[in-house]
Amino acid sequence: MSRRARLWLLAPALAGTMALVVWGFTGLADFGHFQGAYGNLLAKVAVPERKATDIVVSTTFDYRGFDTLGEEMILFTAVLGLVVLLRELRGEQEEEEEAHDDQEGHAGREHRTSDALRIFGFGMVGPTVVLGVYIVTHGTLTPGGGFQGGVVLATALLVVYLAGRYAAMRKVSPLPLLEAGEATGAMAYGLIGLGGLIIAGMYMKNFIDPGTKGSLLSGGFIPLLNIAVGLEVAGAFSLAFQEFLDQTILLRGDGGSE
Amino acid sequence: MSFLPYAVAAWLFGVGIYGVATSRNLIHLVVCLTVVQSGTYILLLAIGYVGAGKAPIFADIPLNSKVVDPVVQTLTLTDVVVEATVVALLLALAMQAEKRFGTLDPDELGVMRS
Amino acid sequence: MNHLAPLAVAVPIIAAGVLAATASVASRRLADIVAVLTAAASTTLCAILLAHSGHHQVVYWFGGWQPRSGIAVGIAFAVDPLGAGLATFAGLIVCVALVFSWRHLETISHVYHALMLVFLAGMVGFCLTGDLFNLFVFFELLSTAAYALVGYKIDQRAPLEGSLNFAITNSLGAIMVLFGISLLYGRTGALNMAQIGHSLAQQPADGLVVAAFTLLVAGFFIKAAVVPFHFWLADAYSVAPTPVCAVLSAVMSELGLYAVVRIWWSCFHGAFGDHEDALRAILVVAGTITALIPAVLCFAQTHLKRMLAYATVSYIGLFLIGVGLLTHDALGGTAVYLVADGFVKASLFVCVGIIQHRRASVDEYRLHGRGRDMPFTGAMFAIGGLALASLPPFGTFLGKSLVEDAAVKEGYGWVIVVFILASAITGAAVLRSAGRVFLGLGPEGESEPAFEVDEETETETGDDEGRRRTPFVMFLPVIALLAGGLAMGLIPRLPQAALRGAAALQDQAAYVAAVLHGAAGSVPHLPAPPPPTGLDYLYGALSSVGALVLAAAALFRERLPALVPRPVANGAGAAVRAVRELNSGRVGDYVAWIVAGVTVFGAAFSLTLL
Repeated sequence: MSRRARLWLLAPALAGTMALVVWGFTGLADFGHFQGAYGNLLAKVAVPERKATDIVVSTTFDYRGFDTLGEEMILFTAVLGLVVLLRELRGEQEEEEEAHDDQEGHAGREHRTSDALRIFGFGMVGPTVVLGVYIVTHGTLTPGGGFQGGVVLATALLVVYLAGRYAAMRKVSPLPLLEAGEATGAMAYGLIGLGGLIIAGMYMKNFIDPGTKGSLLSGGFIPLLNIAVGLEVAGAFSLAFQEFLDQTILLRGDGGSE
Repeated sequence: MSFLPYAVAAWLFGVGIYGVATSRNLIHLVVCLTVVQSGTYILLLAIGYVGAGKAPIFADIPLNSKVVDPVVQTLTLTDVVVEATVVALLLALAMQAEKRFGTLDPDELGVMRS
Repeated sequence: MNHLAPLAVAVPIIAAGVLAATASVASRRLADIVAVLTAAASTTLCAILLAHSGHHQVVYWFGGWQPRSGIAVGIAFAVDPLGAGLATFAGLIVCVALVFSWRHLETISHVYHALMLVFLAGMVGFCLTGDLFNLFVFFELLSTAAYALVGYKIDQRAPLEGSLNFAITNSLGAIMVLFGISLLYGRTGALNMAQIGHSLAQQPADGLVVAAFTLLVAGFFIKAAVVPFHFWLADAYSVAPTPVCAVLSAVMSELGLYAVVRIWWSCFHGAFGDHEDALRAILVVAGTITALIPAVLCFAQTHLKRMLAYATVSYIGLFLIGVGLLTHDALGGTAVYLVADGFVKASLFVCVGIIQHRRASVDEYRLHGRGRDMPFTGAMFAIGGLALASLPPFGTFLGKSLVEDAAVKEGYGWVIVVFILASAITGAAVLRSAGRVFLGLGPEGESEPAFEVDEETETETGDDEGRRRTPFVMFLPVIALLAGGLAMGLIPRLPQAALRGAAALQDQAAYVAAVLHGAAGSVPHLPAPPPPTGLDYLYGALSSVGALVLAAAALFRERLPALVPRPVANGAGAAVRAVRELNSGRVGDYVAWIVAGVTVFGAAFSLTLL
């Protein structure tokens, strides 16, 4: 189909679909007047039952914890997919990399960052990691949790890249450890669910005393799940960053003149 | 009454699909897909909004406070992760397309006809 | 016993994690063994669930969060016979595919095995869940695994493009599903399907319900590849590694239809039930189009995998007619038909995999006569072709007769013609290639523009030694799959069980009572359907003989007297070429067609369902 023909098909079709969507939206409650039975119930019972102050987290990890297992597996699968989809390019690039190594001496080929940026960047790594760990572990109390904290942890690696060089990042990032950590995090979530089945008699059922509202260890197994997710997310995103950076850096090496 | 958040969701849906269908660059196409997906975030969060409701986190508000729907927030969280993964895969494919076909224009791929 | 439900999903998920975590230490063989055993374990769990769900609906609340006064708090698996049956079938096919991969694929560490197990977990969860958002999560999980598996041979252009088109269109489908779910949540404040259905039935349907239904159906139709949402399928299925093709074609596409059945009977039936006739007409017409056009495209193909891909779409059309009749005997018959056809199609894909392994090509013309020394594979391929054309006593014949009888009861007797045409034409395409490849019949010809996937990278044994004979682990799956297709037609009480399962799935009141109020709803007792009559055998013979005649006509076209006047033949050829041109390989076109499909279905639904 020519582009013109496609547009002729698309224009009325999209108009019709949009009309349908808008028609559907008109059936929704006015903005701000929603009364959902499910949400209202959770808002009422979640804190007394689960002792976790953040209901979004207790919904994510307990009431709808099984969704989150699936979600975590999607992330895990996507990273496996990246390994598959980017692998061949890497194989080819290794040859080119050798050629590239020969010219390593060329001045100006490697972009150097200023000392100030480097010192600042490396100084940021520690606080970033601490912040990430804080967000992962305080998920039951305040906004945050394994997903958010995991992403913050993964950015620590990016800070190294921004501040220093790609080579420095490759040096500090323990690739096999990341891979194992990512898989372990994914597996751990499923295993904690299994723990619920064995100890409490139901898959994904909490088997740890929920404690008192507001304390760090409240929420029963939610902090554990948060740590599993934090591990998985930090590993997955670090791996993903690395896979893409590998490609980008090597491709740039390809161009020769940059 | 205010319908603007719904209108934004619908707009993102339509304009994103238009972009996906007519894009000439795979990276742009993937971003358009995320625009469509953003429509679902807006829609979910708009649906669950309760006028003058607070965030459903009872760290420093009394237990009987009026809060927005916590379920849609959970759903959105899941949705965001799902989207991030799909985008990662699609970008990897786009990268490979650039390598194998020497172009990012989806219309110039087309090795598979009929 | 109920605890088996979560384990059927958790076991493959945990095993996938173990395989990925130990990738650097364990050997390839160990990974093969672990993967096959895990898939077998999950299949067994699903089979036990299937046996149990035959007595009553199995409901499992994750985390022990039982519903409170009719409001679901957590996520439930609500297992009925058809869902459990489909999950079991998915497990079986994945087992066979993993056995076939034993010698087939060179793998990078254990990523392939882990992906296959996640794919299985996604499909099983998709079949068992009773929560609409959870359905979406599993939809994305199995899709993500499938994108990566289709693009496995990423070093070549065609798989890259196939995976790209697959991923973009199906992601769009997932987003539409999510829009639909959001609308339903906005209306009902619920995510549990039983609760949604109960809530929607309380008030008259309006635009919101129609829009939600359209978006959900369109999203699942993209996965199922119903015309005009189908374009991506041929691109993806013709380039995926053979074992993956078998799973995609036998199970994954069909899951899209299962989801439509599920949401119609669990969520929307109460709201739209008065307009069942209109929906029936729409689905049967859509099914007819989906059955016939791709059947012709299938016949026009010489790329064997792409040919089977179009056959898959054509059969999706037939199944859509079956489920679209909206009666329990049609749905039960479709279940039998779907599983039997899945076995047969998977066996055909595996045969093509063997040919590819031995002869490094999948093009009919390039392979002309080169299969003469592979009599066993040839025989299996031809039998598969006949089974596709619903030769008695294969399960395809039984399923087709059941659906046809149900159609006559509903006053849709004319669809019998569609069934015979589609099964004869797709069967003829397979038989024609069998004649050309294994017997060297017919004149040699020019091969189509080659987007053939270079086979060297697909198989493990790249040396000539490995190509001289077919490894036993490649034959085993073919025999097992064909036997499965045959068994579906011979197991005595199978049709009755399928019909009961269908009736259970369609009983919305019992479903709501079982899921939300813990009632131990029993599965209704139904008499066994009458065995196929003489007329059914006649129809079966018509499609089988029709397939043979059509195949012979295609092979010996030159020797035939000109039965068709030349202008007519030329006109038909031009028409087929024009339809083939629509499959342009450009994802923008596909998206435009998808949007058009949404509009057409949306218009049809809004005009008739309110």
